[in-house]
Amino acid sequence: MTPLLSVRNIRKSYGARIGCADVSFDLYPGEVMGIVGESGSGKSTLLNALAGHLEPDCGEVLFDTRAEGLRDTLTMSEPERRMLSRTDWAFVHQNPRDGLRMGVSAGGNVGERLMAVGARHYGDIRESATDWLGRVEIAADRIDDRPRAFSGGMQQRLQIARNLVTGPRLVFMDEPTGGLDVSVQARLLDLLRGLVREMGLSAIIVTHDLAVVRLLADRLMVMKSGRVVESGLTDQVLDDPQHAYTQLLVSSVLQV
Amino acid sequence: MISVENVSKSFTLHNQGAAVIEVMSGASFTVAPGECVALTGDSGAGKSTLMRMIYGNYLAASGAIRVGGVDVASAEPREILQLRRETLGYVSQFLRVVPRVPSLDVVAEPLLALGADRNAALDRARDLLTRLNIPETLWSLSPTTFSGGEQQRVNIARGFAHTYPAMLLDEPTASLDATNRATVLSLIDEAKARGAAIVGIFHDAEARERVADREIDVSRFTPGRAA
Repeated sequence: MTPLLSVRNIRKSYGARIGCADVSFDLYPGEVMGIVGESGSGKSTLLNALAGHLEPDCGEVLFDTRAEGLRDTLTMSEPERRMLSRTDWAFVHQNPRDGLRMGVSAGGNVGERLMAVGARHYGDIRESATDWLGRVEIAADRIDDRPRAFSGGMQQRLQIARNLVTGPRLVFMDEPTGGLDVSVQARLLDLLRGLVREMGLSAIIVTHDLAVVRLLADRLMVMKSGRVVESGLTDQVLDDPQHAYTQLLVSSVLQV
Repeated sequence: MISVENVSKSFTLHNQGAAVIEVMSGASFTVAPGECVALTGDSGAGKSTLMRMIYGNYLAASGAIRVGGVDVASAEPREILQLRRETLGYVSQFLRVVPRVPSLDVVAEPLLALGADRNAALDRARDLLTRLNIPETLWSLSPTTFSGGEQQRVNIARGFAHTYPAMLLDEPTASLDATNRATVLSLIDEAKARGAAIVGIFHDAEARERVADREIDVSRFTPGRAA
């Protein structure tokens, strides 16, 4: 089986400091991988380097493109990479304000991504947007409201709808449930799990919340000081951690 | 169907002076299709540890654990995930679910993950919940608020939804009343009859005698004791 994403020796330094180094892994279609670690461990740097938001110092990010199979996204032309990030890739930011257009209506936010890939029929776009708002549990009568009139949880769900409407194959998520209260988190997790299964999505989720990865991720990478210290099946890494840092991380979680 | 070959396990506690605890060595046994093997031994002998290693939840330090052609001890995560989806079921002692998901969907989920038809999966889930005496009024509710016995029955229904060729059962009859216990035992009998290889832990001696074909005393594999 061809991996959907094959990452080879990614390194990104900020001057003399290491952002992340020597990261390699393969992600297969339908797999959800979690990246955990404390603040400053390099997980967001890695995610941004993979998603093309940051240029790594070295390494390869090979993606299984529909037309030409595995291609290094780091050496692609800018228009090609931009097209990829509008079609097969999606990026869910921790703060919905970074991923939404706050001055545009909810329906417009979802429709805009469709128009970016060539949809032009207003009726179809609006129908698609309504359908997606329903799937992320936003009432249809809110379609013309702007996101700033939404609660934090609703904004995050709108961001997810905007990202998934074009049927991406790979979704990058940076702390998707961060900053939401627990009941809203549970609802979002349930929603994400359902969407991942129905659409056969692959996803890379960066979070510091071990409960989130246990529920969402098939596989886990644990990062410390910019390097991957342990990786494996999520429940195995959490229940039988091998590395000293992972043991510390797992034992530091407060029991509810 | 399940073959454990010379498996050992130790835990290294890095944050407690790197203490190394040897918990198992030289564990070997096989389970044939249609057979139920009970793991026995005192509390702490390593029954659950062994079971968790077969499921890939604990990492074996050495040896091989073959389930239907896959060596769990050395397989890639995605191979283990596929094995768990298709071949190897596990009924743990505790139910762990996403909050807010209705019990009916919790039970149907293993079938949906295999790509089964939604209606057929829900029919199977209804059938199992009925057999396990979960009142229909609870089906649309999340099991997180259920009593211990109800959660355990939802967990069992989920574990038996798909007809796995290999199954691991950790105390499936614990905290159940006589009627539900009988139902669980007949589910195990049915699984055996269709050829499932089963490894179980049963503290309930009567249940163990009813369904287990053989017993394996796990304390044989405790380092220092067997030698």
